[in-house]
Amino acid sequence: MSVLEVKDLLISFNQYTSGLKQQQLNVISNLTITLEKGEILAVVGASGSGKSLLAHAILGILPSNANVSGTLRYDGEVLTPAKQASLRGSEIALIPQSVNYLDPLMRVGNQVRTSARVENPVTAQRKVFERLHLHENVEKMYPFQLSGGMARRTLLSTAIVSGAKVIIADEPTPGLDPVVIKEAMESFRELADSGCAVMLITHDIVSALSIADKIAVFYAGTTVEIAPVENFAGDGEALRHPYSKALWRALPQNDFIPIPGAQPHPGDLPPGCLFAPRCPLATPECDRGQPEMRTLRDGMVRCIHAT
Amino acid sequence: MQLEARNISFRYGNGPYLFRGVNVTVEQGEIVGLTAPSGRGKTTLCRILAGFEKPLEGSVTIDGIPVSSKGFHPVQLVLQHPEKAVNPRWKMEKVLSEGGKPDSELLSLLGIEKEWLTRWPNELSGGELQRFCVVRALNTNTRFLIADEMTTMLDAITQAQIWHAVLEVAKARGMGIIIVSHEEMLIQRLCDRVIELK
Amino acid sequence: MIPNLKTDQKLKRFYMNRRQKTLLTIVVAAIILLCVVVGGALLDQDQIATNLTERNLAPSLQHLFGTDWLGRDMFNRTIMGLSLSMGVGLIGAIGSTSIALILGMAAATMGKMADRLISWLIDLFLSVPHLVTLILIAFTLGGGFKGIVIGLAVTHWPSLARVIRAEVMQIRSAEYVQISRQMGKSRWWIATHHIFPHLIPQLLIGFMLMFPHVILHEAAVTFLGLGLSPHEPAIGIILSESMKYLSSGMWWLAFFPGLCLLMIVRMFETVGGNLRLLIDPVRANEK
Repeated sequence: MSVLEVKDLLISFNQYTSGLKQQQLNVISNLTITLEKGEILAVVGASGSGKSLLAHAILGILPSNANVSGTLRYDGEVLTPAKQASLRGSEIALIPQSVNYLDPLMRVGNQVRTSARVENPVTAQRKVFERLHLHENVEKMYPFQLSGGMARRTLLSTAIVSGAKVIIADEPTPGLDPVVIKEAMESFRELADSGCAVMLITHDIVSALSIADKIAVFYAGTTVEIAPVENFAGDGEALRHPYSKALWRALPQNDFIPIPGAQPHPGDLPPGCLFAPRCPLATPECDRGQPEMRTLRDGMVRCIHAT
Repeated sequence: MQLEARNISFRYGNGPYLFRGVNVTVEQGEIVGLTAPSGRGKTTLCRILAGFEKPLEGSVTIDGIPVSSKGFHPVQLVLQHPEKAVNPRWKMEKVLSEGGKPDSELLSLLGIEKEWLTRWPNELSGGELQRFCVVRALNTNTRFLIADEMTTMLDAITQAQIWHAVLEVAKARGMGIIIVSHEEMLIQRLCDRVIELK
Repeated sequence: MIPNLKTDQKLKRFYMNRRQKTLLTIVVAAIILLCVVVGGALLDQDQIATNLTERNLAPSLQHLFGTDWLGRDMFNRTIMGLSLSMGVGLIGAIGSTSIALILGMAAATMGKMADRLISWLIDLFLSVPHLVTLILIAFTLGGGFKGIVIGLAVTHWPSLARVIRAEVMQIRSAEYVQISRQMGKSRWWIATHHIFPHLIPQLLIGFMLMFPHVILHEAAVTFLGLGLSPHEPAIGIILSESMKYLSSGMWWLAFFPGLCLLMIVRMFETVGGNLRLLIDPVRANEK
């Protein structure tokens, strides 16, 4: 059974448009996604596609002008705000985007220990540091003394010692050098292998591919494709959605050829398929409403033309 | 035209030297990659080349002449986080006009839609903002462009779009480019030559 | 199911967003302000002349706020008092805001020594309660209108100056300002185009939040007998004089003037607080 289930999630924001009017902007719509034990799901997509908001919605930490509807289930149980608050940090842990989330006035060893929910926090913290190749004297350091890579690994250890069953990592890699990225990725794999479910939110498909089991491709606030990781290979012919294919082909190690245009804004989404205006396969049928997610081969796709 | 940094050393206050005796030369129209392990002062070197910071020792010259600190700087820098590089209280039109009158051809080359010009920065995504920052830096007086992790935060499609546009402009104008990136494949794809800082 | 915040929508008819509420408060505040100021200007001393035949009357249609022990109409006295108080408050708050702007900018731009000196001055002023410094300054200047206005202006600036100093420093080191320099923009251009627009909302809100403070402090000092002289119809004077009649059951003497003062102060605080939320880019869209 899935550890985490997101069904028909819709997130909208009340935003002032001009003057005194407020408008509701749908930033995430029709989102359905599941997370299994021992599995790494990578969520990839452009900035502004709503990836981080999904993480915030699961943890219940959206700002107060956000409206949420849809169902979230953890271990089969419906997540209410109260439930979210009690699971946050103990069962569901977030590895935040920015290293500014470390307390600047506390030694990092102590910070990691405070989130440990086991009998002996000190040994737990030391064990994790060893596993992540953080030197013993790091635990006595303050955040400002850490390099970017060390800070990332500290954040990661916080999530590991918490014993959380679901770990959500929001853009854990940008700006790190390849060695550190590789190490961070390997520790995610180890976590998953020990029974955690990991959701890896990133725009870096390449490093996600090295460890993930499934990849969910986000576009304009919803998933367009959920594919097993093996599909991201060659020319992308195994991929289902034209956007995933375009994303794959635009990588520098592939063709490096972009499709024109930009992701639509939440304020003026196209009437039908969200990708239709940029899609090479688009037909008038595509404008007739957003296609439903459907199972295709061993993945899911939101496109009527996909085969 | 040649951008030359000779014997550059730098440190903050009385701290340890970030680097000493660094030499970088970029010719007109050349695209050079700059790589180094993190924490070796790549960003600081970029800031020195673009005149944001003065080197402790050494000099930065264009065709042998020190770059004047007054007026438009011929070396422009585009950084990793576009949200920090635009004034949040300015509409995008004004942001663009800071780098001279925007050329409509350049705008369409970078895929900037007309309707974005009247928006506030917080209404655009990182990829869209970065396109504006690139246009602003591609003033006709810009001789060299330094891209410090310019597309690190962007998705592959936007990254490819921006780079294709920048390369086209650089080729047409004979502009030199220095690219800093952790992404090996990107450097390989774009650069004529790679300088490795040790 | 995550509870749907849309339940608010059911109350749509009565629901107003923060911008609408703020605008409404500003309009109401402006109308009241105008009435009081115009009213205060139209009324002259004759309207509050003593009339011993109508002493100590409880509020009625003829005398809305009742009359005092000399038969003066309390409504007229209150309006005139508020009008005076607001004049004093306005001058005091404008003075304080200007001082805060000048010192805040100077601290952030004129080098380390200036910064240290001004920061020390700010700390010094903040370490003593406003009211104490205000009393001292007003007393030294010999009290009266001039004394209290100068006293108010030179005591209310420190916290706003500190905000402005921090804001200027932050903007000066922002990436977009550094880039602006690379684009060849002059210091003056950067100051007027990048820095100053960021300060306007801070100044406006600083002023709005300072205004009620200044009025209350003026009333307090006058109440204590160290501010305006007793023949001026200030709210502080009215309240202080009414004190001795309260025990004899003449509640209206202090109640209405006090209530009016409270209302005006609250109104400005609400407007200022809402404006502050609205200009904060992170919180602007909150409910």
